[in-house]
Amino acid sequence: MQGPSDFELSRRKLLLGTAASVAFGTAPTAYAQTPAVPAQADVAEAVSMSKVSFNVNGSLREVALDTRTTLLDALREHLHLTGSKKGCDHGQCGACTVIVGGRRINSCLTLAVMHQGDSITTIEGLGTPDNMHPMQAAFVKHDGFQCGYCTPGQICSAVAVLDEIKAGIPSHVSADLNAPLQLTNAELRERMSGNICRCGAYSNIAEAISEVAGRPA
Amino acid sequence: MKSFSYERARTPAEAAASVKRRPDAKFIAGGTNLLDLMKLEIETPAHLVDVNGLALDKIEATPEGGLRIGALVRNTDLAADARVRRDYAVLSRALLAGASGQLRNKATTAGNLLQRTRCPYFYDTNQPCNKRRPGSGCGAIGGFSRQHAVIGASEACIATHPSDMAVAMRALDATVEAVRPDGTTRNIPIADFHRLPGDTPHIETTLQPGELITAVTLPRPVGGAHVYRKVRDRASYAFALVSVAAIVQRDGTGRVALGGVAHKPWRVEAADAELPRGARAVATKLLADARPTKDNAFKLALAERTIGAALSEAKG
Repeated sequence: MQGPSDFELSRRKLLLGTAASVAFGTAPTAYAQTPAVPAQADVAEAVSMSKVSFNVNGSLREVALDTRTTLLDALREHLHLTGSKKGCDHGQCGACTVIVGGRRINSCLTLAVMHQGDSITTIEGLGTPDNMHPMQAAFVKHDGFQCGYCTPGQICSAVAVLDEIKAGIPSHVSADLNAPLQLTNAELRERMSGNICRCGAYSNIAEAISEVAGRPA
Repeated sequence: MKSFSYERARTPAEAAASVKRRPDAKFIAGGTNLLDLMKLEIETPAHLVDVNGLALDKIEATPEGGLRIGALVRNTDLAADARVRRDYAVLSRALLAGASGQLRNKATTAGNLLQRTRCPYFYDTNQPCNKRRPGSGCGAIGGFSRQHAVIGASEACIATHPSDMAVAMRALDATVEAVRPDGTTRNIPIADFHRLPGDTPHIETTLQPGELITAVTLPRPVGGAHVYRKVRDRASYAFALVSVAAIVQRDGTGRVALGGVAHKPWRVEAADAELPRGARAVATKLLADARPTKDNAFKLALAERTIGAALSEAKG
């Protein structure tokens, strides 16, 4: 029987392996050197590389990337910021949500090279286990998750949602486009609809966001 | 994803010339639809021309009293613009009914118009699709066609245009401004911008190779009550089964356009004239030539009821 720490280690390795094999589907063929990765059928295809520099969580980072690399893969595989998650990889689930220039986006649906000079905040930049962002603390307090896979995206999205409301950006459920916004449960749920939680922790997520927004859910 | 080279364009004309030079090149702006399709290798450009650096992100008043919306204005910014909310509320409402907050932050005005007209069979590379592979057939005809077009379709394609924004722009009589690779410009009325599938469903707009959208212009406000009503399978973040953009004046006259029913936003000016006579009269005129499948015949009744709901909402 493995000890808990061994299990943690092998689980971690397994997850890394899974993430890597997903990434290699789209990653540079130059990386296809490890025996575990099957050779790509189109190895003869020329790889186009490009340099990009951007600010991630307050640090300037410069990377040379295959142009195909999404912002999500650049963050996870090149900068090792694995908090942002790859769920569907097609902009449908929101697990990859990060904040770029103050706005939440799906990092899986944008190329890293398109972000020259941008400021990017990931879940790692919002807070740390010892110094959590109020939204992170509220998710813990209200149990706004079960498996946790969608959580970094939910939290980045939620932080940006409150900024969008503060900026007066209306939503589909705003009753009057020209009146001050009401911070209702329906508003939060509509605005969070791009973040899917397969465990169905939505009511607790809404409670966590409501608390940070300063209103009862 | 297939490998591609990448360039950042410095001027609209330079971007247009770059794409014209290489038939395998594409523009990229928000990228939310293009990258999705590139990952599936449904789109396989060998060269991408990034237009995000072009200064096309402003919303300006026109001398005619309308608004000129830069091609790169993000969906969120267009929906939130105070002038749009006040004078073109149907456009704000349509934008806010589409996609998710994350996607609206990235998606652009021009990109929204240029997203592929599509259906699940277009996405499934194991299926024939005349849009994806011209001449291969259509898996949707005779397949599961609940979401598909009920009017204006052809033997080659029954996909629908998924944009909400474009439906509102059709009701507002917007004009698309484009620059050609030689630097000259032209204006395309929104009614003529998207094509019906015919036997070339892979050609979805009337843009020529290399032609780049620079702006969308709205004529001066027409007043009236603005309503966008969208019916879908879930309350948020889903394509329309049927949507209605309506602008209704106090005297009951106005305009109406439908989404979710055709290969393009669907408006028949003769149907506008029926507005004072109510939803049934409007729907009868709008959908007179409809040829639904057995799966999507419900859209005819749904369209009439949704028009009715929109008219009630407009009356307040």
